[in-house]
Amino acid sequence: MNIAVLQFPGSNCDQDAFHLFASGLGLATRYVWHKETSLGQADLVVVPGGFSYGDYLRCGAIARFSPVMRALRAHAEGGGLVLGICNGFQILCEAGLLPGALIRNSSLEYRCMTCELAVGDAGPSFNTRTLGARVRLPIGHGEGNYRIDEEGMARLEERGQVILRYVDNPNGSLGDVAGIRSESGNVFGMMPHPDRAFERFHPSQDGLAVARAVLMAGSRVGTGAAS
Amino acid sequence: MKRPALPPNPDPVLNQPITPDLVRKHGLLPQEYEQVCAHLDRAPSLTELGIFSVMWSEHCSYKNTRPLLKGFPTEKRGATAAFGRVLVKAGEENAGIIDVGDGWAIAFKIESHNHPSAIEPFEGAATGVGGIIRDIFTMGARPVLLTNSLRFGELDSPVTRRLLRGVVAGIAHYGNCVGVPTVAGDVYFDRSYEGNPLVNALCLGTLRHDQIRRGKATGLGNPVYYVGAATGRDGLGGAAFASKELSAESAADRPAVQKGDPFMEKLLIEACLEMMAVPGLVVGIQDMGAAGLTCSTCETASRGGSGIEIELDRVPQRESAMNSYEIMLSESQERMLVIVQKGREREIEEVFEKWDLHAAHVGQVTDTGRMVVTQHGIVVADIPASVLTDSAPVYQREARRPAYLDATSRWTALGAGLADLDLVGARDALPRLLSHPTIASKRWIYRQYDHMVQHGTVVLPGSDAGVVRLRLGSSEKFIAISNDCNGRYCYLNPRRGALIAMVECLRNLVCSGATPLAMTDNLNFGNPYKPENFYQLRECVAGLAEACTFFDVPVVGGNVSLYNESPEGAIDPTPTVSVVGFIEKEEHVTRQFARRAGERLVLLGGAPSELGGSQFLGVVRGLKTGDAPEVNLGAEKRLQDLLLDQIRSGRVRAAHDLSEGGLLVALAEMLFGENELGADVDLAGLAAPRLDALLYGESQGRVIACVAAEDEDALVAAARAGAVPADSLGSVRGDGMLSVSTPGGRLEWGVRELRTRWESSIENAMKRPGLG
Repeated sequence: MNIAVLQFPGSNCDQDAFHLFASGLGLATRYVWHKETSLGQADLVVVPGGFSYGDYLRCGAIARFSPVMRALRAHAEGGGLVLGICNGFQILCEAGLLPGALIRNSSLEYRCMTCELAVGDAGPSFNTRTLGARVRLPIGHGEGNYRIDEEGMARLEERGQVILRYVDNPNGSLGDVAGIRSESGNVFGMMPHPDRAFERFHPSQDGLAVARAVLMAGSRVGTGAAS
Repeated sequence: MKRPALPPNPDPVLNQPITPDLVRKHGLLPQEYEQVCAHLDRAPSLTELGIFSVMWSEHCSYKNTRPLLKGFPTEKRGATAAFGRVLVKAGEENAGIIDVGDGWAIAFKIESHNHPSAIEPFEGAATGVGGIIRDIFTMGARPVLLTNSLRFGELDSPVTRRLLRGVVAGIAHYGNCVGVPTVAGDVYFDRSYEGNPLVNALCLGTLRHDQIRRGKATGLGNPVYYVGAATGRDGLGGAAFASKELSAESAADRPAVQKGDPFMEKLLIEACLEMMAVPGLVVGIQDMGAAGLTCSTCETASRGGSGIEIELDRVPQRESAMNSYEIMLSESQERMLVIVQKGREREIEEVFEKWDLHAAHVGQVTDTGRMVVTQHGIVVADIPASVLTDSAPVYQREARRPAYLDATSRWTALGAGLADLDLVGARDALPRLLSHPTIASKRWIYRQYDHMVQHGTVVLPGSDAGVVRLRLGSSEKFIAISNDCNGRYCYLNPRRGALIAMVECLRNLVCSGATPLAMTDNLNFGNPYKPENFYQLRECVAGLAEACTFFDVPVVGGNVSLYNESPEGAIDPTPTVSVVGFIEKEEHVTRQFARRAGERLVLLGGAPSELGGSQFLGVVRGLKTGDAPEVNLGAEKRLQDLLLDQIRSGRVRAAHDLSEGGLLVALAEMLFGENELGADVDLAGLAAPRLDALLYGESQGRVIACVAAEDEDALVAAARAGAVPADSLGSVRGDGMLSVSTPGGRLEWGVRELRTRWESSIENAMKRPGLG
């Protein structure tokens, strides 16, 4: 398994994502600079958290135009796995690789805390059988309030695309949505940070199982890929 | 022989003669101006006067505090060759550096941004964070954690609420975006800070010994680069009069407080660290803080024993027609000065191009000893660099013991006829104290800070100290950090109050399983020209120095912020200290929370017996009086040695020191962990002349240790052997009740109710609107 972690100017959880896969899961992991036009060999591309380009305009609104995004789109359209965490989720929504948008938290404040999350029945690898009914993951965002039109929400629900829901909604997200997957099942986005839940001293180690569930969704790489 | 005057400045408004009024408005005394003329051997130009006013200000020159600061120990006596050694001492560079072994080191420093935060809390606090981060990566270190120390008036004031909201949002905005976790802090609310909040920010970074960089300009002909944001007229607030008089534009259009750009800072961190990683490329580097271009050029030249020449036309500017005065005194943020090895210009430019940043070649290193500034081909300033950095006048100000101390230091509860608590009063006081914002949970604040980014935070905010895992090459190390200063104690007894700030900070570290390494301080005081204020300053510094010397904890840097006054008078003296400690093994990391029913609680240090300066007196009795609690350094050391030893032996599972609110507050706080616990405690056997002092007094040198039942006897025996008083208090229970037997009868509270009061107090207060 090869993991590629994108780096935009302003990414600041790139090391966290790197270590989740490299140290936590022992997988071959490398960084890909946003000016690259090729991803190289990658089974999973992680779009990490942070404040790409400062996010002064709208989260992810500038990052979506970075050169590497063309390669990312091709990767996703070819069925390759993509995981967007926090700012990465925002970027994937801005780029149209995931539906919906993330706006400011209803409190209008940044929130850093550990959240209880209900696992959605969202496909063969990401479900309550593989992950249990609940996972605990930290969040750290000011704009994690998920929005989508009524029709879009109905589609998400109908197709089981909601992968994680807040048990105690910290940001006003519609339908308590904390994370979703694409209809095709290979693109994942979540506001919570599996990359802050894998070390012994972290609030939980559930990030490892969540990362494995994403890896196992890759039909091209088989279901037993992660150990 | 008198030197000739400089040629006329390209901007005619700068050619006006220097009048006594202009000198005064630049904050220089007539005799200081005489010294300027003597050093230059001619009258200064207006640009030069501006440069002197900044470099000879208290902020840059420490002219009123330098003699006092000499009492601080700057090296560790007991340092082994490899560990705890001071690699860069206080005052040498932008931040001090301590050896943490295996070729690795940490750089850390605290700095204030009080006045900007009082005017514009969001930007003031944000740029405070930005400035201290630059001080750290300038040294070659990667910033890995932030803490802050905040002081506000009481939250019943709408102005205070506006300030708190703005300061917290500003710190969050900056720290969260640059991706450095804010892992700890301390916040006090007291009327003395009304209108003059304190915002002290600390940053700590890690680096290898061979990565240490100096702010030195050396090597004749080496090019000087300016990197980062363009220079604007922002931050000229301190010299706003000049802008008004000198320019046709309205000064009102300009922000008096600088505006921060954390994204630019993040790019600068990465680009600078990448540039510094290229062997031999960077000769010297310094951030542009206060009066950025002025300070960074003359300081690097002075440290390097060289000279420096810069051309202002090459300085990136974001406003048109800026004159030399404005460019030299601008405090625009996110700018750095870099001296590069000659012939390797292309290498630095390539690094900055990668990050879409501009590196401007603005000058070169000379051997003249002078700082020479030109604009449009004309010399606009020509000053010996060392005169600016080392020749500022130094004053021993007059000190006078404040008159109020006569009354407060003699006050006793008995003498004042203060009735002791009855059982009802004793029961009511606990929730009142727990919900006072100084004691209450700071969750409303720290949940707005990203305290987990970089995935190394081991102990989250809300325990005695923040603990972070450092990834150093292939190895891991654990460090703890804690800030402290109870201004109320310092008001009532400046020397002892400062001593307490230090010993409590050390105690917090020890409670978390850490050996203290080194300290950085932020001296926040009123106007030093008032003898009473200077007395407080002098005594507090003496107290800190005494504690640092006694515990062999060197001071590796800090900051002085004077003139913290509001119309009602000076703030309580606030010598904030922050100490970094080292935790040998991960399993020694200790939190303040009891973990399960059946654990035993042991009070180390003896029964509290003093009321002076306590939060109880303030919150419940409305008094700010009495003497600060006594400090016995020997007893404190015995306690800390014992505790550390017992933590390392695995016996002590949780520890919490008695501080604001005393014994019962500490007990309650130990029950506010993840599990819903209670405790059954018997205090009837403790010697207690007064119930209020036993339950809520703030006698120093006390810790409650939590141990498994089978370890209790061993802990008590070890305490006896170490000459530390130990009293078995009782057990942790699983029923969510806190029951306390006192000499006057039994007290009982539901822990959940106490916790709600403690946890929601600031949150509820902040639901009310802010004003101002």
